[in-house]
Amino acid sequence: MARAVTQQRKIINTTAAWGIGLLIFFPILWTILTSFKTEATAIADPPVFLAFDWTLENYSAVMERSNYARFLWNSIIIAGGSTILGIIVAVPAAWSMAFVPSKRTKDILLWMLSTKMLPAVGVLYPIYLICIKLGVLDSRGALVIILMLMNLPIIVWMLYTYFKEIPGEILEAARMDGATLKEEILYILTPMAIPGIASTLLLNFILAWNEAFWTLNLTAAKAAPLTAFIASYSSPEGLFFAKLSAASTMAIAPILILGWFSQKQLVSGLTFGAVK
Amino acid sequence: MSFKKALCAATAMTLVTASGALAENLVIATVNNGDMIRMQGLTQDFTDKTGHTVEWVTLEENVLRQRVTTDIAAKGGSFDIMTIGMYETPIWGANGWLVPLDDLSAEYNADDILPAMRAGLSHDGTMYAAPFYGESSMIMYRTDLMEKAGLEMPDAPTWQFIREAAAAMTDRDNDINGICLRGKAGWGEGGAFITVTANSFGARWFDEDWNAQFDQPEWADALNFFVGMMEESGPTGYATNGFNENLNLFQQGKCGMWIDATVAASFVTNPDDSTVADKVGFALAPNSEGVDRKANWLWAWALAVPAGTQKEDAAKQFIEWATSTDYIELVAENEGWANVPPGARTSLYENPNYQAVPFAQKTLDSILAADPTNPTVKPVPYVGVQFVAIPEFAGIATEVSQEFSAVYAGQQTVDEALAKAQALTNDAMEAAGYR
Repeated sequence: MARAVTQQRKIINTTAAWGIGLLIFFPILWTILTSFKTEATAIADPPVFLAFDWTLENYSAVMERSNYARFLWNSIIIAGGSTILGIIVAVPAAWSMAFVPSKRTKDILLWMLSTKMLPAVGVLYPIYLICIKLGVLDSRGALVIILMLMNLPIIVWMLYTYFKEIPGEILEAARMDGATLKEEILYILTPMAIPGIASTLLLNFILAWNEAFWTLNLTAAKAAPLTAFIASYSSPEGLFFAKLSAASTMAIAPILILGWFSQKQLVSGLTFGAVK
Repeated sequence: MSFKKALCAATAMTLVTASGALAENLVIATVNNGDMIRMQGLTQDFTDKTGHTVEWVTLEENVLRQRVTTDIAAKGGSFDIMTIGMYETPIWGANGWLVPLDDLSAEYNADDILPAMRAGLSHDGTMYAAPFYGESSMIMYRTDLMEKAGLEMPDAPTWQFIREAAAAMTDRDNDINGICLRGKAGWGEGGAFITVTANSFGARWFDEDWNAQFDQPEWADALNFFVGMMEESGPTGYATNGFNENLNLFQQGKCGMWIDATVAASFVTNPDDSTVADKVGFALAPNSEGVDRKANWLWAWALAVPAGTQKEDAAKQFIEWATSTDYIELVAENEGWANVPPGARTSLYENPNYQAVPFAQKTLDSILAADPTNPTVKPVPYVGVQFVAIPEFAGIATEVSQEFSAVYAGQQTVDEALAKAQALTNDAMEAAGYR
């Protein structure tokens, strides 16, 4: 009897998990399907799910109108650069907070997180003016630094959580064996925290890839990434949903593929320390 | 090498170097719509003629507005040419943010620009942006449904006729709404529509001393009429419908009438996208009986040069190219006369080829019927038909339109919304120093 209940529960849980998963994935699926429709089919009522004449004309139109490769390259540089820079800054910060905490460490961590609550638009103008003064408006370098700073609180928090799980005695032993601070972080701590660092890297890469406020406001023709590419296909006066869907699919494809291949690391990293 | 040959080679080299030095790369910020995308496709013609190259930054209208406003106010210099509208142009011109376009070449023939467009894109008589295309609003209706209802659409109907016709055309069983109108919050969406509707009932935003006028009976009449008609004959959930939602409904055959931008005429008559392409008629926007103002707006997407650009001459050359009669002919050659940018030049409407386009005359009549300096029957201290050309308007009108959308959604009454609109508008105007 007990076994039958377990089996039944398994089926319910599996069905619920699949249902929720499909519900979450459905908007992405619909976007991908719409990208293969004509503009007329894209707005058909009732909506057509699969039984339509599939076409690649939207992709062809998008490729003809926009320099996709340039947007993609900018996205890779900006998201990748800000993530790597963020990790370089955050590892020592998280190390000090995890292994040599002061009585203010908790307050500093909370304060760092509270900066995420500031509406970005509130600092748009000062940052815009700074970029003009430094001559870095519409440059990838400026966005790398700004996105790194925006995501730094999350990176530090995540790494701090992972580092706290590592026994301090191991680091102490390394110190007694004569390891310098640099060697301790590079050769002892970092290899032990690789799963945590990997998931932090991935999550922040995704956050930086999808960031649309700063990337739209601080770029023009040179440094615009894929968020600007999508924005160029949105129109309040004209129905271009199929082309917009094709542009969206092309923008999310790289990150979807990356997420698909690294989902194991992402899940293990995100649930690290959740169950003790 | 002989002396002659050497001289020729040197001259050629000098010319190539000189032309290379003069050739500029222009960065243009623009909106994503059919006419602008068409222009992007034809840019090579400009490059061939002048040697200048062009890079496009295309953004959604609201994003573009925020982006270019930040850039021009901070003197960022990200763009050499900006696509802006009739709302921004006089304000930015007055601020000295734009280069005056008062020295365009004789061949350009600036006098050919429709007077209403030129006036709306000027400040103190100086034009600061050249209209790429202009639009007004008009009635688009289903001729078959009108006939079935036993009615005939006049050239210039009244709101009372429109309400009667909408009720007669409504067929809930077959999912046909007699009328589809904007209700979506936003100063450029539902806010623009209710403002022109109010104009046609004799209402105004402000009196001559900048006092809000939402407590006057004309606003209550307009809003009650609008809500009543939409409840009788409009689509469900119209509180969230804007241009695109109504365009979709009309193209799917679910609207008897639609009053909106004249630019929509080319969409609803295009058989590739519209299921009712061959059954569409046009009429001037309505007015309330006894009120000498129609519910039509005036708008232009125009090209302007931000002050401080290092490429002013090349930018002006581009503007001359993009808003010229030659460009119109280039589009006609490539895409047909129905797709040329409308509403900017008088000569276009004198062209027999364009006169054959079914919605051409009604578009011109609608544009000519709008007067930005006298938008309603009572005197006003502002310029603008569906907007008030002051910097504070976008913020105020967005809030007011949110209150009105809450009425459309059944969340509050007309009286409550008007009282809130009155209070918030007066507060904002006081804070801005107008009162």
